[in-house]
Amino acid sequence: MIDVVYFAWVRERIGLPKERVETSAKTVADLVAELKAREDRYAVAFEDTSALRVAVDQELADFDASLEGVREVAFFPPMTGG
Amino acid sequence: MTVRVQEAPFDFGAEAAAFAAAQSSMGAVVTFSGIVRDTDAGLSAMEIEHYPGMTEAQLDRFVAEAVERFSLGDALVIHRHGRLAPREMIMMVATAAPHRADAFAGAEYLMDYLKSRAPFWKREITADGSAAWVAAKDTDEDALARW
Repeated sequence: MIDVVYFAWVRERIGLPKERVETSAKTVADLVAELKAREDRYAVAFEDTSALRVAVDQELADFDASLEGVREVAFFPPMTGG
Repeated sequence: MTVRVQEAPFDFGAEAAAFAAAQSSMGAVVTFSGIVRDTDAGLSAMEIEHYPGMTEAQLDRFVAEAVERFSLGDALVIHRHGRLAPREMIMMVATAAPHRADAFAGAEYLMDYLKSRAPFWKREITADGSAAWVAAKDTDEDALARW
């Protein structure tokens, strides 16, 4: 089980801030593919992953990052702090 | 070194004065603050979302990196989240160094990383109630390349 967290317009498109996902995905990209296959709202949110950023256990990561031993994955648009 | 992520407003003058007063051997203090713009476009509020836990960890990391890289004597970051009105202060950084070049560079470094690598997302609410997420600027991403 992995906690999947969404922020900003990714959260809005998917319609929830956080969910627990039962998955055997090996990488972030595999997890994205699983989610996209679920429902349209996921397909819409993950349509262009170049417009998204990902954090694995609260560290910025790439979409090819491994999910082994990972507890939390977050998806969000490019950050706009400051 | 201080990092604060908070919903409540902060007193920029008091924070800057306290930061400067705490420096015993630093000859230069630089402060920067970011403010919600009050423009003719009719912005009524800005909402700032963040990733609790990761936000603080990222800011702590950037502060530690800035201190190391520019030999800062001290650094401060305060960043708000939640709903802010035009002219409210969003955030501030302060840096202290023996001389001004490092204090300025440290503040710019912190700002560049804070803009593009700290998990905050801004949403602008206009007077008619419509809302739009603020898009990240390529120039902000490019600014990281200089470090």
